[in-house]
Amino acid sequence: MSAVPVLSVDSLSVEFRTRSGIVKALENVSFAVNKGEMVAIVGESGSGKSVTAFTVMGILDAAGRVTRGTATFGGLDLLQAPEAALRDIRGREMSMIFQNPRVALNPIRRVGDQIADVLLQHGNVTRREAPKRAIEMLQKVRIPDPERRARAYPFELSGGMCQRIMIAIALACSPKMLIADEPTTGLDVTTQAAIMDLIAELGKDQGMATLLITHDLGMAAEYCDHIVVMHAGHIVEAAPTAELFAHPRHPYTAKLIAATPKPTVSLMDLAAIPGNLPDLRAAEIAPCRYSARCERKQTRCDQALPQVLGDVKNSVVACWNPL
Amino acid sequence: MKDLFNKPLLDAQALYKHFAVGRKPSLLDRLRGTAKPVSMLHAVDDVTFTIGKGETLGLVGESGCGKSTLVRLLTRLLDLTDGSIHLDGEEIGHLPAKGFGRSPYRPRIQMVFQDAGDSLNPRFTAFTAIADPIRRLKPIPREALKARVEELAGMCGLPVELLGRFPHQLSGGQKARVGIARAIAVEPDLLILDEPTAALDVSVQVVILQLLEDLKQRLGMSYLFVSHDLNVVRLLCDRVMVMYLGRIVESGPAERVFRYPAHPYTKALLSAIPHFDSLSGDAGHATPRLRISGEPRSPIDPDPKVCRFYGRCPNGTEACSQAMPLLQGVGPGHSVACHFPLADTAAADIAKPDPLIEDVA
Amino acid sequence: MSETLKHIRYVLTENPVTLFAFSLFGFILFCALFGPYLAPYDPLATNGAATLQPPSGAHWFGTDALGRDIFSRVLVATRLDLGIAFFSVVLTFAIGALAGIAAGFFGGWVDRVVGRLADTIMAFPLFVLAMGIVAALGNTVGNIVLATAIINTPLYARVARAEANIRRNAGFVEAARLSGNGEARILLMQILPNILPILMVQCSLTMGYAILNAAGLSFIGLGIAPPTPEWGILVAEGAAYMISGEWWVALFPGLALMTAVFCFNLLGDGLRDIVDPRRRT
Repeated sequence: MSAVPVLSVDSLSVEFRTRSGIVKALENVSFAVNKGEMVAIVGESGSGKSVTAFTVMGILDAAGRVTRGTATFGGLDLLQAPEAALRDIRGREMSMIFQNPRVALNPIRRVGDQIADVLLQHGNVTRREAPKRAIEMLQKVRIPDPERRARAYPFELSGGMCQRIMIAIALACSPKMLIADEPTTGLDVTTQAAIMDLIAELGKDQGMATLLITHDLGMAAEYCDHIVVMHAGHIVEAAPTAELFAHPRHPYTAKLIAATPKPTVSLMDLAAIPGNLPDLRAAEIAPCRYSARCERKQTRCDQALPQVLGDVKNSVVACWNPL
Repeated sequence: MKDLFNKPLLDAQALYKHFAVGRKPSLLDRLRGTAKPVSMLHAVDDVTFTIGKGETLGLVGESGCGKSTLVRLLTRLLDLTDGSIHLDGEEIGHLPAKGFGRSPYRPRIQMVFQDAGDSLNPRFTAFTAIADPIRRLKPIPREALKARVEELAGMCGLPVELLGRFPHQLSGGQKARVGIARAIAVEPDLLILDEPTAALDVSVQVVILQLLEDLKQRLGMSYLFVSHDLNVVRLLCDRVMVMYLGRIVESGPAERVFRYPAHPYTKALLSAIPHFDSLSGDAGHATPRLRISGEPRSPIDPDPKVCRFYGRCPNGTEACSQAMPLLQGVGPGHSVACHFPLADTAAADIAKPDPLIEDVA
Repeated sequence: MSETLKHIRYVLTENPVTLFAFSLFGFILFCALFGPYLAPYDPLATNGAATLQPPSGAHWFGTDALGRDIFSRVLVATRLDLGIAFFSVVLTFAIGALAGIAAGFFGGWVDRVVGRLADTIMAFPLFVLAMGIVAALGNTVGNIVLATAIINTPLYARVARAEANIRRNAGFVEAARLSGNGEARILLMQILPNILPILMVQCSLTMGYAILNAAGLSFIGLGIAPPTPEWGILVAEGAAYMISGEWWVALFPGLALMTAVFCFNLLGDGLRDIVDPRRRT
């Protein structure tokens, strides 16, 4: 394990100002991604996993504000860096694949040109080479008939195709770090496997650090070395993959695992997680944001949130009464 | 099997749906007699199946395999190119899709859409959405309508006070419940579920699937459950059909297809689902990985003699490019369209009859 | 990525401009409603003793060759100009929106017919077409409204068509079919309410064009007949005095015209940001 992680996020807290009050979207979020490593942030909608990714990329919504913490990438604090420095990093050294490719793609430019744009902007290709390289990228993300598809506009392609275009754009410049925000949502399972294989393969070949944001525990298990589980803006548990599944320690992690359909479990045996996410706009939020839904709640859960170190190296559990 | 569902609710025979693609021949071409035949996209090709009363049939396939087209044929939103659909013994396949909204069969086939958000009109409240099919198809007085909508909301676990809200004020799970309440509002016999949980969190997915199972028992509906996720299909379905490029490549009892997939594509689908069984220490059901590469063949004017999976299939041989494999039995109620069905099926079947299959039969 | 950044920057500056546009619109509306009662002089009353007076405390915008108060004339003209624009936009909306939505939703021959009609109108230089219509039908207020509406319809229909086309296969449309709604009902009850906000935005932009067009017709003498106060006529009357140094005669009506067009364009942009959910924070 290399000494300096590619990306290291420390005590990150983010708030959103909305019409109905301040939403404490992230609180004290810390994790690191090493070279060649794939780390997953797993959580359901509203867990803050995408906000984490957006904050790191510096594309947080205008209403969002970082109140605390750092995000260090290549010796630079991304949260303090000037816009020009960020612009230089984004797309070349650090790329992002978005959840919703239709919004991220320029609707009025041919997709081949959009890939070529990125190559020209950051990569060392000539204007003549760029279209050819763009078609190669399309091939790489397994788009059938790439020559024809390169001339298509985003609206002419299916959602799945658009997602692959996005992946082609993100991987075009061989970045050091890839943040993949639900990269295969909406893709077919066989394609999903192929794309994830491709991302994993590229990561290994180039020593690329990958941060995978996903709701799919199975995918995180299959491709990632380390898993960070988030719930309502908190990291509830983080551990090496094998450890997390063998011995989930946070009650939420255990529930999430038990709720996921598996080949061996029947419908009635799947666990439902009772209750809802707490209202993050409230002035007083319970220190443990899972406590209201938790079956293992104790009185001290209302007093403070522990940062208990797990049994294994690099693991963390935020719970007074872990499994 | 046959005895249990001897009179199927829905009987689809040799369904075809072809779409014309490309430029239509111009008038000049036609006058000259040089018009080339129009290319046809074979979205659904020779699909035959039945759904028994109270049965849940799973339809699995990836985007572009024709499952959406098939669903639209069955819901009668699209006209058939050829084939017949019988609902309770009565032919409905020939009724034009345009006027089907006024036919007495309309309330009997309803659908829950994939994306609950997209399927609810952003300008209408949950109440209006649920009331709409009742108003159009089975009009009742105002007071009764209100009571009925509230009853439906209750059945679907939607708090009554949320009925006045607009879709954007509802959570994903709540929108899914509105979609389900709307679909069952006119008491359909056949409910088509088009990936009803694809957009939901796992914890919500569990609840919605359990709700659907419960509603089926209470209302005695039949389901056609469409999904790409075999793990989810398995939870709800009695039988599954796997579709590839417009054709059914495998069908059979869910548990059996899941355990002993006979078609290489089914196996590839199964092994593509990421899972963590080996990690969480559950009983090892480690399917050996089967990755398929390459691209699907073109669905436009496909060669009728070539297996649709040929080219991507790891087991493909000359024979696969010379004759289209037809569905043939490989076990009780289990059939596969492959010249070389995966061996472990037959072997396992002969060696020890699957207790699960015996139970069903 | 830069799209998002641009948007963030845009949202930051969005509110003050929109606020300004809305207050300006309120002011113009106020002038149109109460102008005739607030005007300090009779806009038609000539005064031989005070011709071509420069702006002063008594005549804020000065007086014209016949000694009429320009401020009063500009103020009173607001109602007429706005009225012509308003009714022509209503007409544009009624024809353009319905034809466009039908074209976008049904496609096929409806789309082709509407498309060809729109193309035919657009093939003419629009202002010349408007001149032709008014010249042929006679220059009454009604015909000016009609001509203005006709030349604005194609653009309007295209917007409606595009928006309806996006939604023709939306899930809620299919759901409505399954619920037993007929096609016409889906068009009016499901599609129309969804694109109405976008059409309202387009209305605001079209208002700008309509005002310019109506004033333009009057300017070249094909519109409102003098001595009725109308911005186009006022500018036309003043144009002759520009050379001789009496700049105020043309300037103030011109400014009023510009402000109104500017206001509606700004208003359209602001409205678009408000109604377009993709641009909402």
